[in-house]
Amino acid sequence: MANSSTADVDFFKLDSLLSDEERLVRQSVRSFVEKEINPIIAECYEAGRFPTELIPKLAELGVLGANLPEKYGCAGMNNVGYGLVMQELEAGDSGIRSFASVQGALCMYPIYKFGSEEQRKKWLPPMAAGKALGCFGLTEPSFGSNPAGMSTRADRVKDGWLLNGSKAWITSGSVADIAIVWAKADGERIRGFLVEKGTKGFIAREVKHKMSLRASITSELFFQDCLIPEENVLPESGGIKSPLMCLTQARYGIAWGALGAAMSCYKTAVDYAKERIQFGKPIASFQLTQEKLAGMLTEISKAQLICMRVGRMKDEGDYDPVHVSMAKMNNVKMALECARTARSVLGANGIMAEYPIMRHMCNLESVYTYEGTNEMHMLIIGNHITGIPAFNG
Amino acid sequence: MNIVVCLKQVPKKDSILRIGADQKWIDERDLSYEMSEADAYALEEALRQKEKHGGEVIVISSGPERVRQSIKEALAKGADRAIHLTDPLFNSGDPAVIARALAGALKNEKFDLIFTGLQSDDYGFAQVGLILAEMLGLPSATIVMEVQPEDSGVRVKRELESGWFQWVKLPMPALLTIQSGINQLRYATLKGIMAAKKKEIKEVKAADIGFTESDAISAQSIQRAYFPEKTKRTEIIEGKPAEAAAKLMEKLRFDARVF
Repeated sequence: MANSSTADVDFFKLDSLLSDEERLVRQSVRSFVEKEINPIIAECYEAGRFPTELIPKLAELGVLGANLPEKYGCAGMNNVGYGLVMQELEAGDSGIRSFASVQGALCMYPIYKFGSEEQRKKWLPPMAAGKALGCFGLTEPSFGSNPAGMSTRADRVKDGWLLNGSKAWITSGSVADIAIVWAKADGERIRGFLVEKGTKGFIAREVKHKMSLRASITSELFFQDCLIPEENVLPESGGIKSPLMCLTQARYGIAWGALGAAMSCYKTAVDYAKERIQFGKPIASFQLTQEKLAGMLTEISKAQLICMRVGRMKDEGDYDPVHVSMAKMNNVKMALECARTARSVLGANGIMAEYPIMRHMCNLESVYTYEGTNEMHMLIIGNHITGIPAFNG
Repeated sequence: MNIVVCLKQVPKKDSILRIGADQKWIDERDLSYEMSEADAYALEEALRQKEKHGGEVIVISSGPERVRQSIKEALAKGADRAIHLTDPLFNSGDPAVIARALAGALKNEKFDLIFTGLQSDDYGFAQVGLILAEMLGLPSATIVMEVQPEDSGVRVKRELESGWFQWVKLPMPALLTIQSGINQLRYATLKGIMAAKKKEIKEVKAADIGFTESDAISAQSIQRAYFPEKTKRTEIIEGKPAEAAAKLMEKLRFDARVF
């Protein structure tokens, strides 16, 4: 298996900016990925199977909700440490990183941020332990980039709320024990609801025939007169800002994750170029190949600098979601281009499951679009520059 | 049961090595480092013994600031505290010098066992453990594959040549050099890494343990470091096909060792 790790892709010696703990976290997750994920992932991808057997191991390692406080069973990592976790997981596979992102940033985070203390105590420890899985229901079949327009609604009734509607493209939907569902409460303000598996009227159906993120589960969620008790409303949630805050957390992880996928492609290409002989010499000795390798390393190095800076800003609490938008937009696009370039270095071999490149490339096509499309992040930055939102109709 | 584990930090296995300007050792610039493999197994064995029998695991390592990374890794995996020999004087010499420094730092520690890796991944002398045992007046066993503490001492399984093993019994305290592969290494968990921040790393300088310039004098020195020199030799095996094939098999098995 020719999966390459992310080791040694550090042109600007950013390691010297990391703490011992951050380096250790990266090293530990990296060896986990090399030993537990890389040997099985190509097979999982081909079979379209999410390796559920990894969940207890990922939990034991501490990557689920890694940046949430220790008192809820989490590791209490800082944001750079958390980012490095995402980088290493996605060097393995975007699907595994997606699972970890959804569990931590999209499910545990809103419970932590908008939930009551009872809700936190009930859900966060088993979620950190991988014993309760979560999914995040915001996107709808007709509302992707414009989630505020959602049609899912929750109407107040005597015993709580009656939830009706549907959600689409939901990672982990059909294995989740708890769905964080965003709905218009009484047709107005968007609020978060904890919908437990088995709730009457709630159906999750797996989406089949994906050509991307094949090692993770994607589902549709349907709600028909689901009765949600009052204690399952996230009390501090209110307005579209709440789910967008969750997305900012997840997008931050994606910016780092994309780096991992890019580094894996780059390393594979470098190793291959040094060994592949054509015209009597390694293809690494040809200028056109060197241009490709130099281009990849340059783009990866720039993306690393972005991640490091956004991570430190986030740790200091001095950042804006627009910074995360630029990081996500730039890094995923960069990773996708790296995958394509690396594929060309490997020639026909580049399309084979033996190498991680084609899998990364197909995965990154989803990552390019989910959690805010490349185009939406571009417009968010445009809004930041001009003060004029280009997407409000 | 209290166990001391001696750790060494070495250049990473996949490092691209260059010979240093003085031709005596490798150029250490731009290298990444990791815990020597056999030492990682020694640490794992100590943690497993602690989990079974209680007590404390103390790690000790000598080297510059970068060594803290490996020390912290050991603490993150579950060691209780650490001793870091930071004085450059400790690291300037041969295995006897480093053993002398370790012995000095362990003089006042209470322990039942000392574990070292069988040998380090860089120099590969396999001597520090044994010299340390002699200096501390401890019995020792090498190439240890299994550790079974008993009331009156410790039973250990040693690896011999050609798939043979040997059980020996030692009184405690004792020093054991641990073979790689004796157990399965654990990952440092994220919680463990965060918890390690609060654990003690005691720094020791030469003066703290009465280690002098004369203690740092090496009896051996490296004359030259160089890459294996490639020589190409073609040998034609003569004779009838069956004889030539048999001869070829012999060469593949015993010279090339590909079988």
